[in-house]
Amino acid sequence: MNNLGVILRRELASYFATPVAYVFIVIYLIMSAAFTFYLGAFYEREIADLEPFFRFHPWLYLFLVPAIGMRLWAEERKSGTIELLLTLPVTPTEAVLGKFLAAWLFIGLGLLLTFPIWVTVNMLGNPDNGAILAAYLGSWLMAGGFLAISACLSAATRNQVVAFILAVVVCFLFLLSGLPMVLDVFRGWLPQAMVDGIANLSFLVHFSSISRGVIDLRDLVYFGLVIGFWLAANRIVLEMKKAD
Amino acid sequence: MIEAKSLTRRYGPLLAVDGISFQVEPGTVLGFLGPNGAGKSTTMKMLTGFLAPSSGTAVIHGHDIRTDSLQARRQMGYLPEGAPLYGELSVERFLRFAAEVRGFRGTAVGQRVTAAADRLSLGEVMGQTIETLSKGFKRRVGLAQAILHDPPVLILDEPTDGLDPNQKHEVRRLIREMAADKIIIISTHILEEVDALCSRAMIIARGRLLADDTPTGLLARSRYHNAVTLVVDDLETAASRLGALPESREVEVRRGQLTIFPSSQGNLFEAVTRTIQAEGWQVDQLQLEAGRLDEVFRTVTDSAEAA
Repeated sequence: MNNLGVILRRELASYFATPVAYVFIVIYLIMSAAFTFYLGAFYEREIADLEPFFRFHPWLYLFLVPAIGMRLWAEERKSGTIELLLTLPVTPTEAVLGKFLAAWLFIGLGLLLTFPIWVTVNMLGNPDNGAILAAYLGSWLMAGGFLAISACLSAATRNQVVAFILAVVVCFLFLLSGLPMVLDVFRGWLPQAMVDGIANLSFLVHFSSISRGVIDLRDLVYFGLVIGFWLAANRIVLEMKKAD
Repeated sequence: MIEAKSLTRRYGPLLAVDGISFQVEPGTVLGFLGPNGAGKSTTMKMLTGFLAPSSGTAVIHGHDIRTDSLQARRQMGYLPEGAPLYGELSVERFLRFAAEVRGFRGTAVGQRVTAAADRLSLGEVMGQTIETLSKGFKRRVGLAQAILHDPPVLILDEPTDGLDPNQKHEVRRLIREMAADKIIIISTHILEEVDALCSRAMIIARGRLLADDTPTGLLARSRYHNAVTLVVDDLETAASRLGALPESREVEVRRGQLTIFPSSQGNLFEAVTRTIQAEGWQVDQLQLEAGRLDEVFRTVTDSAEAA
């Protein structure tokens, strides 16, 4: 794992050497603020918490995280640098994790930069800052889940647009599996246990409790497993498709 | 030492490399020659650990590429075809990455980067973004990355492709300088490069190893090996007169030049010079041919096509 950090730093250097970093962060901040104040009715609610801010994160990530993740491997394959990277003395695990962590930290940075909203809510009232911290953590974990999916699908193609669309679709399915419109389809003919199982795959279900500040170990484990599963898949897809 | 044992690679139904075996000792510059799509790059990709062989393996200084890939890769510097680089980074940042990933830390990183940059005269562009560089500079950055850790094995896929004659000359000089104690494998379809650079050449076509020899050895396979070519005022007379010599097997007139091919007996060149003096011909050019590599290349690869 000596080279994990080396790969991570190189990736981060690339983000900030291109407009990717700045465009992402600016759009992310503008969109999250717009959702919070207009759709979330932050002021009108007259409650000192950040629920209207976190409520829209799954939908924001649905498009922004695949936009970050789509380039992870597709770009390397397109430009041929994948051949350079994978013939250096790095293990596939180091490469997969290094790239993932760099992107995840980068999204984390975007999340941190939303701190003015936290300052605002503290000026306006006395929110439960523990709950807010928990929600930030949960939001970051959920972003990790979206990112792992996007990274894996990025390894499957050399075309970034294809990678983006595939990632949005798969992320969307993971989001939706907890909504009544999906569950109702199954409710009529599947046993309740299986319907619960499908609902349990949903990012929304797991995020909703965290976003209210309730940290349940099961939710953390869930996101951990999602990330682990998709990164393992990423390694396998990379091995299969790298030479195509 | 590199030992390739029946290296084979399939892409679906296509057999890209078909059981290639060879051994290379340090101090060798080995040239892979072959038409496009012959399997040169695929062989290199397997040696460098990018592609797993479908069957067979290779051992790089005692490290098997299948079972000990990481150690095998540590022995090598590799310039992939087209010299892919992280275009958004500056040259310096990229080379620092290459040094760190090779295990250098602290001040050793800067030293390695500076040494490699000096060797390839990259000083003036160190701060420049790689994608803004000319093709020649990009290729040099790719080479700098490959030699930075002073590896015992260098694998360079078309190192001079797309460079201008001066740049080609520079790269060849660099390869020759490093050749003494290393194993250097280059692939090329520029035949003069084999003669200028390689101590050993392999012709690969359709995934198979068709010839493995020194450049001189390859030239000796040419029809033109030891043939005599001359430019003379009366081609017709000279052709019939020289063609009748017992040392001559065949004559050929082409673009105002007369070429006489040797038979198995005697010294053709001596016989020709003797005849010229005796006849008092006006000769503008007289040349003993070493052989023509392009002709050997065509003959060897065409026979593979026909097979």
